[in-house]
Amino acid sequence: MNPYLSRKYIIGGIFSLIILIYIIRLFFLQIVDQSYKLSASNNVLRYETQFPSRGLIYDRNGNLMVYNEAAYDILVIPRQVEPFDTNQLGLLLDLTKEQIIQRLKAAKSYSNYKPSVFEKQISARNYAPLQEKLYTFKGFFVQTRTLRKYPEKIGAHVLGYIGEVDDELTKKDPYYKPGDYIGISGVEKSYEKVLRGKKGVEIYMVDVHNRIKGRFKEGKFDTIAIHGENITLTIDAKLQAYGEALMKNKRGSIVAIEPATGEVLALVSSPGFDPDLLVGRNRTINYDKLKNDSLLPLFDRPLMARYPPGSTFKLVNALIGLQEGIIRPSTVFSCYGGYTIGNFHMGCHSHRSPLDLKHSIQHSCNAYYANVFRYILDAPKYGTIDNAYSVWRNSVTLFGFGQKLGIDLPHEVNGYIPTLGLYNRIHGNRIKSLNIVSLAIGQGELLMTPLQMANLTATICNKGYYYVPHVIKYTSETYDTVRKPFLVRKYTNIDSVNFEPVIEGMFLGVNGDDGGTGRIAQMPGIEICGKTGTAENPHGEDHSIFIAFAPKDNPKIALAVYVENAGFGATWAAPIASLMIEKYMNDSISRPAMETRILEKNLIDEQP
Amino acid sequence: MNSPKNSIWYDLDWITIGLYFLLVILGWLNIYSAVFNEEQQQGFHFGTRYGKQLIWIGAAFILIVIALVVDSKFYSSFAYIIYGLSILLLIAVLILGTRINGAKSWLVIGSIQFQPAEFTKIATALAMAKYLSHYSLKPEKFKTLVVFFTIIGIPTLFILLQNDTGSALVFFIFILVFYREGMPSVYMLFGLLAVALFILAMLFENYLIILILEGLALLAFYILYRRRKDTILAASILGISSVLAWAIMTYFIPDASVTFLLLLALLFSSLFFVYILFKNKLNGGFVILVVLFSSVFYAYSVDYFFDNILDGYQQRRIKVLLGIQSDPYGAGYNVNQSMIAIGSGGPIGKGYLLGTQTKFKFVPEQSTDFIFCTVGEEWGFVGSALVLGLFLALLMRIIIMAERQKSKFSRIYGYCVASILFFHVAINVGMTIGLAPVIGIPLPFFSYGGSSLWGFTFLLFILLKLDSNRTQLIT
Repeated sequence: MNPYLSRKYIIGGIFSLIILIYIIRLFFLQIVDQSYKLSASNNVLRYETQFPSRGLIYDRNGNLMVYNEAAYDILVIPRQVEPFDTNQLGLLLDLTKEQIIQRLKAAKSYSNYKPSVFEKQISARNYAPLQEKLYTFKGFFVQTRTLRKYPEKIGAHVLGYIGEVDDELTKKDPYYKPGDYIGISGVEKSYEKVLRGKKGVEIYMVDVHNRIKGRFKEGKFDTIAIHGENITLTIDAKLQAYGEALMKNKRGSIVAIEPATGEVLALVSSPGFDPDLLVGRNRTINYDKLKNDSLLPLFDRPLMARYPPGSTFKLVNALIGLQEGIIRPSTVFSCYGGYTIGNFHMGCHSHRSPLDLKHSIQHSCNAYYANVFRYILDAPKYGTIDNAYSVWRNSVTLFGFGQKLGIDLPHEVNGYIPTLGLYNRIHGNRIKSLNIVSLAIGQGELLMTPLQMANLTATICNKGYYYVPHVIKYTSETYDTVRKPFLVRKYTNIDSVNFEPVIEGMFLGVNGDDGGTGRIAQMPGIEICGKTGTAENPHGEDHSIFIAFAPKDNPKIALAVYVENAGFGATWAAPIASLMIEKYMNDSISRPAMETRILEKNLIDEQP
Repeated sequence: MNSPKNSIWYDLDWITIGLYFLLVILGWLNIYSAVFNEEQQQGFHFGTRYGKQLIWIGAAFILIVIALVVDSKFYSSFAYIIYGLSILLLIAVLILGTRINGAKSWLVIGSIQFQPAEFTKIATALAMAKYLSHYSLKPEKFKTLVVFFTIIGIPTLFILLQNDTGSALVFFIFILVFYREGMPSVYMLFGLLAVALFILAMLFENYLIILILEGLALLAFYILYRRRKDTILAASILGISSVLAWAIMTYFIPDASVTFLLLLALLFSSLFFVYILFKNKLNGGFVILVVLFSSVFYAYSVDYFFDNILDGYQQRRIKVLLGIQSDPYGAGYNVNQSMIAIGSGGPIGKGYLLGTQTKFKFVPEQSTDFIFCTVGEEWGFVGSALVLGLFLALLMRIIIMAERQKSKFSRIYGYCVASILFFHVAINVGMTIGLAPVIGIPLPFFSYGGSSLWGFTFLLFILLKLDSNRTQLIT
């Protein structure tokens, strides 16, 4: 009756087969393949970063140097934007209609669903009128950010600045996301981890239109933002401000260190800039301006500028000579207007002759040090000049020259102490001590940074050791280990007893009755010790250098002052150093005439 | 109707009714979940989708009563008239209908919206049962095939005109019914070949398809005439010349159309071939040649059809399904999001009302076409396999019911019901898991919507009514 009865099995089979295939497919989708679960949470979860407030920065006396001020970023989600009055928004944000259209387009090309920054860092003042009207612009909303603020416009180089993290770093360090801020220079950079705190996250569930539908698991996985730690610097804000004022209209540096600790009291780079310039919406424009300025205001001179040390280096040669037993404090050399050997002549200014060690420092006698240096190099006990030079160079290196001292600020440079190899190449392996005698008076190939010279001064104060100069005084206990490298004494190989005559000489250089190269730095009531130097400058007027410390016993401050193109060391550098010392020791200035002379001097515009 | 009125209670197939209610209840629970919004809990009211669906489920009871009260003979006797009426309704929709979601398939009378296409499914099933149950029907005759395609062709055409492609395609599943009633197997083979060729034509360049077809033809020749030297020679010439043509083109004239040269080679070698077949009176060989040429022609037609007849969005959907195009934010968006929702359900799901993908509207049309996503996300593999299992159980039960009918009309109608339900389940679930093209047709008993619920309910309960009279002969 029904010839096709068996076909019911085929039809039933087709039904079963398709359903079976679907169940197998479901098995793969739901159980085997995990990627759909990930896609699902990417779909539905929105991670809202909670930005911590950045740590504040204080000076050594607890004066606020950097704080935060709220600023507002306007964000936009293109999908939610409804037609709006571009003129009104333009007025509120100070943008043209074209800019608005162009920015919307850029946001759209990033993502139609995700927020992108439409306008950055609107100040609290400009935000107020905007806030009232923002609700009329659908799709626009606000994210609070903090901007760095500076009560005193000082210390731009030390403090550094923050800016948006670059793409490279966001790939390397998962903590940073595009648009985050990070310390780019100065303390902001070196203590980024301390200052930044820890970002928190709030996880929301969003629907397909990116509208928040609630907290993910009632906020179980949310984390709170932890604010950054405050930092107290070793910088003395008053001294820093005073130093910057003295250096106004001059090129150069001041580095002041507390010898007993290695704490940097002031770090002046001149010309400097107002730290406010590198904050906020005009940062890029201002940065480009500063970068293209011929006076290089962004150049951090105390750490990055390299100069020959000039006569200040005589102190080092004196110390090495004493330590190596080549001279004694009573050793005298004569000087008849300089140092003359055969055809060779190194000039010297007029002073009485012969001089012993301390008076050679007082009068900065070139001939004395030409003798000392040559006696070291040619001393029979070393056998060859190579060995002698190595001993000398090693001793110099132990003062921290020719290497980064390790200050807790970025961009420090090495300086340069030539090796004998360099001279052998020049002089064809028959190097004589006379060939390199300019090293005796700190000329020639030597290059040192102002920081290194200030550190030399501190080392002399400490009679043989120094602490690595640093700007961190303290922060929270959590991060206290950052101070560890600065609590270790670094020893030179000079015995402390050998420092006595050198210090005596530096004292006489400022306070000697019969004249001294640094007498201009003399200050009644404070026993200032100092040494002048003149860095030869093949490109123009020599640079004026003065290193000094005070008081003579138990010194409180050691400093190096550099004034570029200012000629002899005593003229400008010495009075600046003296005023700095007075300011730091007495917190007042008793020599208004000198102060006025310095403050009003414009060395930059006088340049040809 | 000879049995006493209350005996229908005992003659009803309660297994089917049980499965029906289970599916309707599960469907409603999932619509509730798909519409449920944690933040705006409105409480229950009839303005919401789950509220409306509950009204429609209630109203379905009236339809059930009507379906069961009407005499079985009515369905058989009035089958063609009902069919004619439904076609008139389709025409009425074209003139008076309202466009919703791009398809002009709705009749709006007062506050009631109604999709006549749902009713047409029942009418066409009845008409098909009526026609195929005719005592003098000769399934192997070509005329039967023509009438068969006419019956399904008319509603297909009008529904296509309404721009409701999904519903229009439903009727082609009646091939299964025809097959059960004696359609020659060779039609089925041709059908499968057509489908396979369609997919191949989409996936590959034409010259490759010609090569594949030639290869198949050569294989057929070899199996048929492997003892005859001259046919083998002819077949070799066909093959070698094609390969040569292809090779020459590839190496020497890379710019020229490979397909064109292949076609030429095919044509010339076939002439020689025809001569040999003719000389030796080998009719089977002609069949192979005709199939070969019509297949090549068909492959070209598919391309033409695809490029010129189908709309851009339909082309994209098919391409996305076949994996030619990847477009997670365009045509593939729905499927991609749907697979994410289902895949994220895992083995046991996220729990009832706890699905995130469906709740936050990442999946479009979640209470209608993509309701299965809610099942997949909230009930996981266990739940979705169970729902599919329930559907399979219903389909099998319908086949069993159909096969126990004394009347041929009832049996055929039963297969029509099974086929329609199968097509909807296969396409609807298939599209949510990326195995079928996205043509919006509802999941029976699950998807939100009065028309489809009523349509499927009526369709099923007519069968239950017929089944209650299974011992009688209905003509």
